[in-house]
Amino acid sequence: MYNVKEVVANKPSRLTSGHRMCAGCGAPPVARMVLRALKPEDHAVISNATGCMEVSTFMYPYTAWTDSYIHTAFENAAATLSGAEAAYRSMKKQGKLPTEGDTKFIAFGGDGGTYDIGIQSLSGAMERGHDMVYVCYDNGAYMNTGIQRSSATPRFADTTTSPAGKVIPGKMQSRKDLTEVMASHHLPYVAQTIAFANFKDLYEKSEKAIYTEGACFLNVLAPCPRGWGYPTDMLMQINKLAVDTCYWPLYEVINGKYIINYKPAKKLPIEEFLRPQKRFKHMFQEGNEWMIEEFQKEVDKRWEELLALEEMSKEEK
Amino acid sequence: MGIRERLSGNEAAAIAMKQINPDVVAAFPITPSTEIPQYFSTFVSNGSVDTEFVAVESEHSAMSACVGAESAGARAMTATSANGLSYMWEMIYIASSLRLPIVMSLVNRAVSGPLNIHCDHSDAMGARDSGWIMLFSENNQEAYDNLIMAHRIAEHKDVLLPLMVCQDGFITSHSIENIELIEDDKVKEFVGTYHPEHYLLNEKEQMAVGPLDVQPFLFEHKYQQAEAMRNAKKVIADVAKDFEKMTGRKYSFFEEYMLDDAEIAIVCMNSTAGTAKTVVDELRTNGVKAGLLKVRMFRPFPAEEIAEALGHLKAVAVMDRSDSLNGAGGALFEDVVSSMYVGQKQVPTVSYVYGIGGRDTTSKDIYEVYSYLQDVVKTGKIDNPYRYVGLRK
Repeated sequence: MYNVKEVVANKPSRLTSGHRMCAGCGAPPVARMVLRALKPEDHAVISNATGCMEVSTFMYPYTAWTDSYIHTAFENAAATLSGAEAAYRSMKKQGKLPTEGDTKFIAFGGDGGTYDIGIQSLSGAMERGHDMVYVCYDNGAYMNTGIQRSSATPRFADTTTSPAGKVIPGKMQSRKDLTEVMASHHLPYVAQTIAFANFKDLYEKSEKAIYTEGACFLNVLAPCPRGWGYPTDMLMQINKLAVDTCYWPLYEVINGKYIINYKPAKKLPIEEFLRPQKRFKHMFQEGNEWMIEEFQKEVDKRWEELLALEEMSKEEK
Repeated sequence: MGIRERLSGNEAAAIAMKQINPDVVAAFPITPSTEIPQYFSTFVSNGSVDTEFVAVESEHSAMSACVGAESAGARAMTATSANGLSYMWEMIYIASSLRLPIVMSLVNRAVSGPLNIHCDHSDAMGARDSGWIMLFSENNQEAYDNLIMAHRIAEHKDVLLPLMVCQDGFITSHSIENIELIEDDKVKEFVGTYHPEHYLLNEKEQMAVGPLDVQPFLFEHKYQQAEAMRNAKKVIADVAKDFEKMTGRKYSFFEEYMLDDAEIAIVCMNSTAGTAKTVVDELRTNGVKAGLLKVRMFRPFPAEEIAEALGHLKAVAVMDRSDSLNGAGGALFEDVVSSMYVGQKQVPTVSYVYGIGGRDTTSKDIYEVYSYLQDVVKTGKIDNPYRYVGLRK
């Protein structure tokens, strides 16, 4: 049985404190928990795309990573890691590495480095089936460069390149569904998760992804206090609202089979998730009710589709 | 005594890679270098190498995977041409700054646009400031030999820089010529095994690669790269000596052909040197004191040695198979001229751009260049130092 106290007590963080990530940022708890899912005796190689996480954790000559770590550029965390993983297979086979011991390969990238500029590198590495996990910490915009819209940015969000103006009320396009894109790669394990309910879902999915052979993908919603405009102490509440409104459903696709891991007993209206965030403030102005309605419609549609996929998976048995 | 064979330049490169038996090869097809990963993947499929072949989805990922593999502690190799190298751009700078001795075959081709798949050196010339050691090869034999020497140079502790071996697309990559291969066991012994000091897969020591490197540090790190490039000169010379002992084939920073007593000379790289040698021979029979300097080691650039070798001439033409589009001559021209100036050698020198997009450069074109140099010597005048040969008027 998962027990957060035991996990934290028995598995010290492999990402040390003292890094420069913002207070209330959703990304560091994600990285810490993903890495806690490693068996303590296992060696790991971490690949990181350029972004907030990278610039804040490895500024020369200091590193917050206790595992071997490589950052090279923005769009290629997956390709870089695929090279390291190929090196591992080659050298292990040739007897150039110790026979005992296991090395795991984990990539971290934000939505910019994953949904957008890095999608080719990600798709290639996943299709080639390298034994690795790619973890996207999705904060829904290019936060490192100052909150520019990405293809993960939800519709109507106010960003610095989709500003809510007098004529155009924020980002006019819908969010790309990257988890589904990755599921279409027919990988052994794809999951969508969040730091929620004592990290149980995130921890268990990380463990499955790391210890499932082949290329696995985790999409983790990681709120950004600066970009989303919520008080820093509200991180965990925002996470909970994302799940309880079904904005960010928790599910996994295991060898093509869909399993929804959490169905809120009472699905909350989307306003609950939108209201605490400054990026959606304009949606609550008089006359903009249609925007909330549109947003709700989209959330409902995607949730219904997911339920249907789960049903289909059940029938396939 | 080696093994006599008949191979194309691409086959020669692939055979060299097979004998080197790197841990990882990551490559993406692009004409005219496609055959290299093609032949190599056959070696992988047939189990004649231990290599993991990563059939990446792009050149950017090819270089990224090489960077990942080499950082992990592996020997990594790749091959590309033209736009493939352009697409790797970001990563070739990162490879050299991380001091990773990756070895690449660059089969020279014109960089788009417009699209052209044939030979010129615009791909290599664009990479001239990327921190890669660059060796040029006149023919299949030199492409092969340079690759056999590559890891010894790149992996040397005073160097630790990536290295590219260039040869001319189609002209040598697809022409079958005689070649003398070295026995597998001799190559294995010569190349040796790779023992990186620090690497990602070392379970006993964690390592962090590729930091955010700001104002207090980047300058010094770049200086270290520049020093490594300067150090490479001696290592390249030392490795060539060992190579000569093994094969009898002598390699210098550049080849001097009938240069000692020459009055006029051409400086060029890769296959055109072969054509130029024929023309030099013919001019010599007619009493013209023509010579040739063929640059093999373009990075690091042998500035002092070139100034010394050309200093006695009465006129020099530097031939660039790439137009720098700068109104001031090609890249090789600029390097030669600056070497001469710094070396205080005053020789009338002209820039010739030739062979763009695979335009044939015949002995007639080379004659034209020497003939102009004769005019310069005769009249003491250069009417226009920025010249073209083989260009339709």
